[in-house]
Amino acid sequence: MSALRTAQDVADGERSASEVVAESFRAIDQRDAEIHAFLTLQREQALGEAEALDVRITNGENVGPLAGVPIGIKDNMCQIGEVTSCASRILEGWRPPYDATVITKLKAAGAIAVGKTNMDEFAMGSSTENSAFGVTRNPHDPEKVPGGSSGGSAAAVAASMVPLSLGSDTGGSIRQPAALCGVVGVKPTYGLVSRYGLVAFASSLDQIGPFANNVEDAALLLEVIAGHDPKDSTSLNQPAPSLVAHLDHGVRGLRIGICSDLLQGASDDVATAVAQAAAVLQGAGAELSEISIPELGLGLSAYYLIAPAEASSNLARYDGVRYGLRVDGDDVTAMNTRSRTAGFGDEVKRRIMLGTYALSAGYYDAYYGQAQRARTLIIQAFAKAYGSVDLILGATTPTTAFGIGEKSGDPLAMYQSDICTIPTNLAGHPALSVPFGKGVDQMPIGVQLLGPTLSEQRLFQAARVIEQGAPA
Amino acid sequence: MSTLPNGWEMVVGLEVHTELKTQTKLFCGCANAFGSEPNTNICPVCLGLPGSLPVLNEKAVEFAIRIGTALNCVIQGSSFHRKNYFYPDQPKDYQISQYDIPINGIGFLDLPDGTKVGIERAHLEEDTGKTTHVGGSGRIHGSDESLVDYNRAGVPLVEIVSAPDIRSAEQARGYAAELRAILIASGASDGRMEEGSMRVDANVSVRKGSDAPFGTRCEIKNLNSLRSLQRAVDFEALRQIDLLEAGESITQETRHWDEDAGRTQTMRSKEEANDYRYFPEPDLVPINPTQAFIDEIARSLPAMPAQRRVELIAQLGGDPTQAQRDQLMAAVELNVDSFITGAIHAGVTPAIALARTANELAALGDEIFSLPLDDYVALLKLEDAGALSATQSKAVLADLVAAGGGDPAALAKQRGFEKLDDGSLDGILDEIIAANPDEWRRYCEGDDKLTGFFTGKVMAATKGQADGKAVNAALRTRKG
Repeated sequence: MSALRTAQDVADGERSASEVVAESFRAIDQRDAEIHAFLTLQREQALGEAEALDVRITNGENVGPLAGVPIGIKDNMCQIGEVTSCASRILEGWRPPYDATVITKLKAAGAIAVGKTNMDEFAMGSSTENSAFGVTRNPHDPEKVPGGSSGGSAAAVAASMVPLSLGSDTGGSIRQPAALCGVVGVKPTYGLVSRYGLVAFASSLDQIGPFANNVEDAALLLEVIAGHDPKDSTSLNQPAPSLVAHLDHGVRGLRIGICSDLLQGASDDVATAVAQAAAVLQGAGAELSEISIPELGLGLSAYYLIAPAEASSNLARYDGVRYGLRVDGDDVTAMNTRSRTAGFGDEVKRRIMLGTYALSAGYYDAYYGQAQRARTLIIQAFAKAYGSVDLILGATTPTTAFGIGEKSGDPLAMYQSDICTIPTNLAGHPALSVPFGKGVDQMPIGVQLLGPTLSEQRLFQAARVIEQGAPA
Repeated sequence: MSTLPNGWEMVVGLEVHTELKTQTKLFCGCANAFGSEPNTNICPVCLGLPGSLPVLNEKAVEFAIRIGTALNCVIQGSSFHRKNYFYPDQPKDYQISQYDIPINGIGFLDLPDGTKVGIERAHLEEDTGKTTHVGGSGRIHGSDESLVDYNRAGVPLVEIVSAPDIRSAEQARGYAAELRAILIASGASDGRMEEGSMRVDANVSVRKGSDAPFGTRCEIKNLNSLRSLQRAVDFEALRQIDLLEAGESITQETRHWDEDAGRTQTMRSKEEANDYRYFPEPDLVPINPTQAFIDEIARSLPAMPAQRRVELIAQLGGDPTQAQRDQLMAAVELNVDSFITGAIHAGVTPAIALARTANELAALGDEIFSLPLDDYVALLKLEDAGALSATQSKAVLADLVAAGGGDPAALAKQRGFEKLDDGSLDGILDEIIAANPDEWRRYCEGDDKLTGFFTGKVMAATKGQADGKAVNAALRTRKG
């Protein structure tokens, strides 16, 4: 089910939005008891919106590029009146009084939100096992994780419950689950999509992006949600890029570097998939070369200081005073402590402590300062690499989906699964993951394309070529 | 100026927080208003709701630069940091403030006494909400409940940090008064200490002689008026001297000024101080004002108090008395000197314009700023021409301000103020002298102190309608 086709059919009156949305709920009812991609569903609201849209179409109104398309929203994006919990006990039942900018844009484009998807608590994790409300299962094998943190959004698309969903990517949280679930996932240039209304994990790294079953749908969704937002000071003063119209431009003459540092630790089947994807690009006229960016090896350590440091500050506001969970205490400090102790899960607590320590007097320069210097080195190294290549190709994740419970007892092993995706976030660049065949375990493999700031148009063109050349 | 015993010298630096008079808050579009119903000027941003983001108010940047320019600061490109600490009235549990590069760097302020006080920085930051403790003790410990009003959360503040250049409590008061006048003159702030829109903390230490290294300092909070500031600094310096002379040492700490008890008390020690874990605010971009913007602000800045004092002295002509100098200082400090200048320009006798403005008008509150200058001038002209006595003039002035302007002659008539003719004054004097023969004898023998006694009697008998100058003249004539 193509989102683009669905929207056209709905706009043309070939199908009603009500019918499309009802069909999405039927798929959810059929599969989500097992998969648990959704934390909450907005059945009445969604059907009501679909009916209203159908009336507007009957009246001949222009209804936007995503008319009637059902979409899943990661549970860290604010939607008026709909529970936005970040899969955390501390925000359980919290209903925002405002819409995130992406929600406003989706509504204006005619898309219909059907529910909020599961995630690792506050987007901290790579398997969706850190959700306070239960794990999400990989639709390709329910004993495997869907990846994370946007595991619910990836699984919902992979299981054909919705054609589109939104995720957020701080260190790989869109691309990694997209790879593990066999769907397209895009992390746009930092600042291309407004963060207003995205509950912050690590503000300098967070970026909202699309999940879709194909490159074209992902491009369409990104066009809708991108663009300057005066409510987000870090929003780029750029119009939304034109992607769908230029999708079939091809890669002839494009210089693409296969980055050995983005294959380190990759299993054989993943490495083979990357090599095959490179061959597809070469066959389409791209100039391939092998490159190495050793500084990318600094990424993981730098990330696990910068992201927790920002998170320790961003998550301070969950103190029991204004909203969310409150556990009473004898005085305000006791109330704060008890609320946070009861409300946050282990991984969130681990990162708050790590970040608090990294920013402490006397340690700031050795940890946070050093991490920022490493970040600068990575940015410089990428800039140098993009002097000789237009895009970079590598693995999205070192392996296919791992088993539920396999890594949840070993945080460091879990952190390693983001090793290929993290450098992009540190640089603020765009990158995407495209499905490319299956591993020996018959689980999906994703290959990753990386580009410099605002190279989305080129990235999507190359992704389209890979998609068309991918094994059936 | 009070002097400290045994060659001790105090070293004082002040940190002044001033709210900016912007229409909206620092990072959102909520009204920046004092006195609204609790939690009515709030939104997702200033409540720090999950997902909300700050957007810098450009007017606040302009106002901060005005203050920096008025304080001769280096205006520079700057950025924001987060200052992290838990407190219920702080919605995000961090404050967006400036850290290593403030918008206004080094500057100075010249005190009227000629002292130059260095300014270390004047940076932008957001204000917190206000907590009220209810039930039980009504204090933070032992109350039943705490209520938080977030109307003030996110109101723009500039924190002005002086160098430790102040050497007496009077000077500390003088600095705060001059700074307040500058803030008001800059148009960036209303400087109301009683409403908390200007708040002063004092860092006080003492040392033996002016060449000795600085001593350990204590920071004093809760200084709600210039008077409290002066008293607290004096108290604190003497407290520290007593301790040192008794062979004890000073503990670096934050102390609370208890206005009623007239003493400072320990609030928290250095060990209890927070580690604020400052780091660059990732939700905001650096502020880089253009030179043209900075120059335009400098050009548009009105005359500052020091210059206005010089201009006023020139307008008064001659050599002002000490009393007149005090009046002039007060007039500029309270930002009422434009009334004096206006009145003198309109032909009112300078001494009357100065005295009435500095002594009476300035005491009538903020309503005076809605009083049309022409009405004020008309009143002073009546007094100047002898049509109203000083006492009557003051009474009519109060009416005039309360009414927001009007015709002073008509208001005088309403009060029944008619100038007494000399004949009725003679008659009244006759009666008073007859009733107080002893006092009259002593007055005639040269006891001038009794002038006031007789003037008072006349005023009482005429319900203030007599002209004080005419009474004095009549008394002198009769004495012979």
